[in-house]
Amino acid sequence: MNTRRNTIAIAVLLVAAFTGSVLSLNGVEAARGRQATLEEILYIPSAKALKRMGLGYSGVLADIYWTRAVQYYGQKLATRRPDLRYDLLYPLLDITTDLDPHLIVVYEFGSVFLSQRPPVGAGQPDKAVALLEKGIRNNPDYWRLYFDLGCIQYFDRKDYKAAQEAFEKGSENPKSLIWMKTMAASMAERANDPETALNLWTRLYETASDEMVKQNAVQHIEGLRADHEVLELERRVKMYQQRTGRLPSNWYEMMHEGLLAQVPMDPADKPYKLMPDGTVQVEDPDSIPFLTKGIPPGWKKSTKP
Amino acid sequence: MIARLSAISFNTFREAVRDRVLYNLVFFALLLVAAAPLFGEISIGLEKLILVNVGLSAISIFGIIIAIFIGIGLVSKEIEKKTLYTILSRPVRRWEFIAGKYLGLIMTLVVNAAFMTAGFYLALLVASRGLGKDDAGLLVAIYFIILEFFIVTAITLLFSSFSSPILAAVFAFALFAIGSFAEDLRNFAALATGATKWLATGAAYLVPNFSALNVISQVAHSQSISGRLILLNTVYALLYSLTATIGAILIFERRNLK
Repeated sequence: MNTRRNTIAIAVLLVAAFTGSVLSLNGVEAARGRQATLEEILYIPSAKALKRMGLGYSGVLADIYWTRAVQYYGQKLATRRPDLRYDLLYPLLDITTDLDPHLIVVYEFGSVFLSQRPPVGAGQPDKAVALLEKGIRNNPDYWRLYFDLGCIQYFDRKDYKAAQEAFEKGSENPKSLIWMKTMAASMAERANDPETALNLWTRLYETASDEMVKQNAVQHIEGLRADHEVLELERRVKMYQQRTGRLPSNWYEMMHEGLLAQVPMDPADKPYKLMPDGTVQVEDPDSIPFLTKGIPPGWKKSTKP
Repeated sequence: MIARLSAISFNTFREAVRDRVLYNLVFFALLLVAAAPLFGEISIGLEKLILVNVGLSAISIFGIIIAIFIGIGLVSKEIEKKTLYTILSRPVRRWEFIAGKYLGLIMTLVVNAAFMTAGFYLALLVASRGLGKDDAGLLVAIYFIILEFFIVTAITLLFSSFSSPILAAVFAFALFAIGSFAEDLRNFAALATGATKWLATGAAYLVPNFSALNVISQVAHSQSISGRLILLNTVYALLYSLTATIGAILIFERRNLK
């Protein structure tokens, strides 16, 4: 009986001590503040030094650095601050790929993190290109990196000649998909055409295996679709004006005139707004992140997560 | 109770001091500390930084090795030599035996750390031709290293209370390695969702967090450590060690020693 009571007392003490350790650890993390962030990870900025210190386990070190790069990007992204900076992102990715030059995922995702405009990315397409070129040098047989390079040259750097070269080079790889050649041709003939952009994002969606990349492609496709629909609706409003001598006050008048079959819906499944001056706007531009047309004047992007 | 605890802990200390492994390790640690100024010679402008980094890392690593290698034998040696039965046949409770062993090893480690610290400051004195005000801040890092010893000793004792010495050493080293990456585990938990988040958070609290106790880089760059952090780290290290020691006591209380 006495032994049992002792055991219970010791167990209670154990739970109390452990709870205390959890609470004090939370206090420690709060007290460390900035010291506890990942800012301190570049105390060893040289991959060569790291490789030697890692005693040949550079693969594991590369995995750790890649995880830290993702965490660094994720933590920054989660703050959604408009003045966001990703200063350590490229050095982290560079060290990771020095440690393991064949870690394809780093080139593919890292270039996306780097190239996208802030706050969702670092807004550093030049560094994204440098990373992908390094990836191509280290993995010349992996045609997908040429495709990624072409996309960044096309979308972020607007360097259509460089994009064409990337698609062409990639298409020379026997393993590459046939449409890489079509992409190269599109860049040469009609780089500015929204159709080309739509085609690229569709290919990206079809070939991507990761859900995040797919989601990104879907958002771009929806943005392009909405841009196209806004322009098309405004063209039809003008047609209505030519026929009746006045602007329509709602979509039903245009349906009655045979210019529309139904109330037009945007990619977020909300009806487009017909403005009194005949322009067309979307209801909630936040729901279509890559929209460029139909945005209400003076609208500011939401910083809410 | 105090008399029994101090008798066991002083005996443990005396026994550890007689151990040849201990002297070998202390010798190597001091050798490394003494060699640190030589590392500085082959670099430019980093002499002191290298001395501090290498010196403090040596104190930490060798102290942890001593804690584990002596810690794994604390219980098993007594069983092997059958001296445990003599001790327990006296009015000594099992928990007093474990707590006494823990305190004895801590005493050994603190004395060793003091010797190594003296060697380290001597090397610093020779290399820098004098000691500055900033050098006093290095003592905070050494204090945190001693707190690390508290935790490592407790987890070694916990593992040695139910497994063989070799396995206890492997477990303790593994937990030390995991605990050194506790920061990553916490960051991972913060970004994860659903069940993964709960699991990662639980694991992050369960493993000892050595990241917060490693301030060698900061003190090497003469960055100050806040008093609040010193206090909270002390509380954390003491409570975590207490948890692990109580765990060891619970297991040892139920262990069949026949």
